[in-house]
Amino acid sequence: MMNFDYVRPASVADAIAAGSEKGASYLASGTNLLDLMKGGVSRPSRLVDVTRLPGLDRIEHLADGSLRIGALVRNADLAHDADFARNYPAVAEALLSGASAQLRNAATVGGNLMQRTRCAYFYDAGSACNRRWPGAGCDALKGENRLHAVLGWSEGCIATHPSDFCVPLVAFDAVVEIEGKSGRRELPLEALHCLPGDAPERETALERGDLIVALRLPAAAKNFAGHARYVKVRERTSYAFAVVSAAASLRIEDGRIREARLALGGVAAKPWRAREAEQVLTGAAPDVAVYREAARAALAEAKPSGDNAFKIELAQRIMVRALTLAARGTPDRIPALPGSPFSSVAGA
Amino acid sequence: MNLPLSLTINGVRREIVLDDPRVTLLDLLRERLDLTGTKKGCDRGQCGACTILVDGRRINSCLALAVSHDGAEITTIEGVGRGGELHPVQAAFIAHDGFQCGFCTPGQIMSGIGMIQEGQAGDDPERVRECMSGNLCRCGAYQGITEAVLEAQSNMTATKQRRSA
Repeated sequence: MMNFDYVRPASVADAIAAGSEKGASYLASGTNLLDLMKGGVSRPSRLVDVTRLPGLDRIEHLADGSLRIGALVRNADLAHDADFARNYPAVAEALLSGASAQLRNAATVGGNLMQRTRCAYFYDAGSACNRRWPGAGCDALKGENRLHAVLGWSEGCIATHPSDFCVPLVAFDAVVEIEGKSGRRELPLEALHCLPGDAPERETALERGDLIVALRLPAAAKNFAGHARYVKVRERTSYAFAVVSAAASLRIEDGRIREARLALGGVAAKPWRAREAEQVLTGAAPDVAVYREAARAALAEAKPSGDNAFKIELAQRIMVRALTLAARGTPDRIPALPGSPFSSVAGA
Repeated sequence: MNLPLSLTINGVRREIVLDDPRVTLLDLLRERLDLTGTKKGCDRGQCGACTILVDGRRINSCLALAVSHDGAEITTIEGVGRGGELHPVQAAFIAHDGFQCGFCTPGQIMSGIGMIQEGQAGDDPERVRECMSGNLCRCGAYQGITEAVLEAQSNMTATKQRRSA
């Protein structure tokens, strides 16, 4: 690990001043950043420790019915907050299907949003990677790429975004609150992560010095609490990143789907909102035939980026499964293996 | 760069001055404080051998910068027994053969203690396996580990009930 200066500012304003300097990086719990620094992938010359900043560790219910989650709230605390799990069960299920209990105890909401891709070629400082080194090329294109992107990729980069948490969040129109050099601004979560295009090194819409201070879930997200699931397929039963995942939330009235929210994980460089599929479902009776049609619509533009054509079929099946489970109703208690097809619990 | 920090480790307050900000809690414990019970497995947050409790919560000490944890209360495997008496989770690991080579065991036991405090698993072995999935055992002693954690949890609950009765 390259050496660095360590600073621990006492206010958000001081943090932004320190974080705006060249080579600076914000440090929250560090579960991703320290790993990247140990591998020489991230080489910040200064770490700005934001873990003691006041007021960023709260969950607040706002007057307009929305929920404001401070960037320093730990993943485990959010997932186990009784109100949160009741109102946003698919988000709690996604949180609990990510990483391990130890990592969820440490990892923060803001840090989860800022996770880097887990592409093995990005992680290996000896491989060519356009994200790490613009113009270097992409060793994943001709390498082991069965887990890589099938939507929104480019010849420059076929990496995927690893977060589970972000998948239902993007379906619920979550908003990111950012403090920066020019004050406070907001960004839809859907606009935070960038598709690679011809500039894969630009991973997010954040500018130098920008600090995520909170995440907001609009009031409408609660309308789906009765029919919301997150289903994740992994290469082992637990403690692995998604091969493919799907968040499905439905508002069902009088036997019809009045509104649907859908997103996929593990398929692209960002959590992938499936709006075409939502349109297919709106107004339809909940039925597997219409789920299949919706899933086809969601993957209509998908293309293999290598040895991963199976993911296009798998993503459709996982979306149908998530819709089937969501229509059946949110379980009282999240299964032991959240949303896993391998769970032995009935209804998982 | 001298970085002073104060940690309470297994009940003892320690004033520490770091000469390097890169030191993780794991390396601080093992290399500078001679508390080598906490193991370094992968050093990348993938195996759980380095699990300790920080302010009562289990975390991977390999992915925690020491300097960022100034003021924290830390419990390691060296601090869980009382006098000559084993912690109930330690005793259950012996009773159920919850190990073979033993390298992952301190992390497994600290994780088991953290899991029981979290109270999310109940008596469902599938939930225990899921809650313990951050601790790998390359000898494959998982069955004994699951049984040990379940039994320790039930013993600890019974003791607690007796004490409050």
